[in-house]
Amino acid sequence: MRCAAATQSERCSRRKLEGVDLRDTPDEAAFRQEVRAFIAENLPEASKLRGARRFEEADREWSRRLGEAGYAGLTWPAEYGGAGAPYSHQAIFLEELAAAEAPAHQGVIGIGMAGPTIMAWGTDEQKNRYLAKILTAEEIWCQGFSEPGAGSDLASVRTRIEDRGEHFLVNGQKVWSSFAHIADFCILVGLGLPDAPRYQNLTYVIADMHAPGVEVRPLVQITGQAEFNEIFFTDVQVPKENVLGEIGGGWQVAMTTLLHERGTLGFALAATLDVAVRKLIGLAKERAVTDPLLRDRIAREWIELQAVRYTNYRALTTLTKTGIPGPEGSISKLVWSEANQRLTKLALEILGSHAQLMDGGVDGAGYWQYQQLRSRGNTIEAGTSEILRNIVAERVLGLPRSR
Amino acid sequence: MDFSFTPEQEDLRREARAFLEANPSPTMDQLADLGWVGMLQSGDASFLDAAVLFEELGRVLYAGPFVLNEVAEQPGEDVWSIEIDGFVPHLDAVDRVLTPDMQGATAAGEVLTTVDETLGLGRLAANGAEPAGGEWGEVRRRLLAALALEAVGIGSKALELAIDYVKEREQFGRKIGAYQAVSHSLVDAYVAVELARSLAYWAAWCVAEQDGQAGVAVVAAKSQAAEAAVAACERSIQAHGGIGFTWEHPLHRYYKRALWLEGALGYGREQRAEVAASLLPS
Repeated sequence: MRCAAATQSERCSRRKLEGVDLRDTPDEAAFRQEVRAFIAENLPEASKLRGARRFEEADREWSRRLGEAGYAGLTWPAEYGGAGAPYSHQAIFLEELAAAEAPAHQGVIGIGMAGPTIMAWGTDEQKNRYLAKILTAEEIWCQGFSEPGAGSDLASVRTRIEDRGEHFLVNGQKVWSSFAHIADFCILVGLGLPDAPRYQNLTYVIADMHAPGVEVRPLVQITGQAEFNEIFFTDVQVPKENVLGEIGGGWQVAMTTLLHERGTLGFALAATLDVAVRKLIGLAKERAVTDPLLRDRIAREWIELQAVRYTNYRALTTLTKTGIPGPEGSISKLVWSEANQRLTKLALEILGSHAQLMDGGVDGAGYWQYQQLRSRGNTIEAGTSEILRNIVAERVLGLPRSR
Repeated sequence: MDFSFTPEQEDLRREARAFLEANPSPTMDQLADLGWVGMLQSGDASFLDAAVLFEELGRVLYAGPFVLNEVAEQPGEDVWSIEIDGFVPHLDAVDRVLTPDMQGATAAGEVLTTVDETLGLGRLAANGAEPAGGEWGEVRRRLLAALALEAVGIGSKALELAIDYVKEREQFGRKIGAYQAVSHSLVDAYVAVELARSLAYWAAWCVAEQDGQAGVAVVAAKSQAAEAAVAACERSIQAHGGIGFTWEHPLHRYYKRALWLEGALGYGREQRAEVAASLLPS
């Protein structure tokens, strides 16, 4: 604080090197420019974000270009084909994608969940076989965790992964699986040792989605869209070498996957919230909103966005300095999901009587109507808000377990 | 991009916390001995250094003129307060009072009875005014940021009291913190305080750097932080049950300070109207 020993200029120059500085460093600014230029030159017109979308062929091309340019596995280590870049680059990349309203890489499940799990638990053969093609979008992955009877309580899955000596035999049903209809592989958790105690009875395998006995059915949501799928496994043979970790050790492997699911999610979420708030403000300007109650709520959502953004920056700094995600990061998804629900509802209120109109070429042809319905899933997917509050209560506040 | 305090600022936070836990009601002379008094005015410290102290002082419910004296940034040995919404905190503990028309008045007038009994809130008798240094716009920004930081300190402390209590208190054979009706309410308070902390640090950085977003950052931070502090106190009182509602428990003093902060320089609604005016110019 005081510069007793240091001269004024020494103190000032030291300040510039460390401490709170919310500007991009020269390196970050250069990277941001590079990403912005890449998106401007490479984003296919057909891939620009729409309100309602299933995964289009144009997005595969976009994903391939992202992989080629080295943006797919930014934080993956170089030995696995990644860029080995700092987390700040990942944050900048996601901010720029959102600002351009560009879709994410189609291999998000592979890049964010399957890949890191294979790096942590996979054999050298598995790493060589799968990792590179995740980044190039040559192979798309999906997740087989949730079941009709096992949502938040993942440990109660009933899909059987029986050890038949030569191979595993898989029977069961998975649900809420994004990308399953275009996926080549599935990270699958099931009951491997039915007689073993809870948490010691699961097996985690890599399942080929093109194998005989795998059936994918689209699951139509309240939006009318089928973004997710159900997967049915009927006597599906999975090679023994496809196990990740030990037979019966699937719970620990699954925890690695879920840790990564929520790891850098905050930045992607803040970026999508940024887009939504900008669109909301655009709508309010277009409608010349003067109602002080609406203006109060618009301001509240803008403030909430800044709060999420700077909370993520705090989390990013902790992660960069210590390599361990700090407690700040655990709240992003919880806050984002509820903010997105309020915000999309607010947009409908601004639309007034037009809020019922799904098409007809007015008000973005159903954009807000779709977003508002879709937002109801935000507090359920990737950890319900109830589960997330339990996690914060127990792991951050240190309160006793509720169950 | 770096959102961490310097090692020197972390040291300052540790020193401040240790000192204030031992001396929750320090005199201005004690604070001057620590080198804190006049740190902003002298240019020896940045607003981020001061921000660390404002938050720590909030945690111990510091009841003196140090914060306003720093925010006023007036030269000389006099201790200053600032007239806020027509009233002057710590009127009988200061020499001079800065008013929003940027006059420095002799501190004289009637001290009033207030809900928060530690405010020393008074009504200034108009006498001895002469022009003061600086601009009100900048004083107001520093003040909003300082109030936000103080609120973050108060919200954090009120929440910590609740967490400690629900880990110990048993009913129906279990620690009450295991019940989700209790724990989820405290999680919501924690989330609100952490969001407020991010906004308050952002605002402090904007003030320190005279960033273009400073004007909107300070109102965003103050509205969120004061409301989060009030909510944290209310949830903490609820989690404590009957004991939290008693005069002997310290919670009501945190609550009353939070209520004062919520209204100081306008309630959140007024700050959000300012944000809306910048987003949606009419």
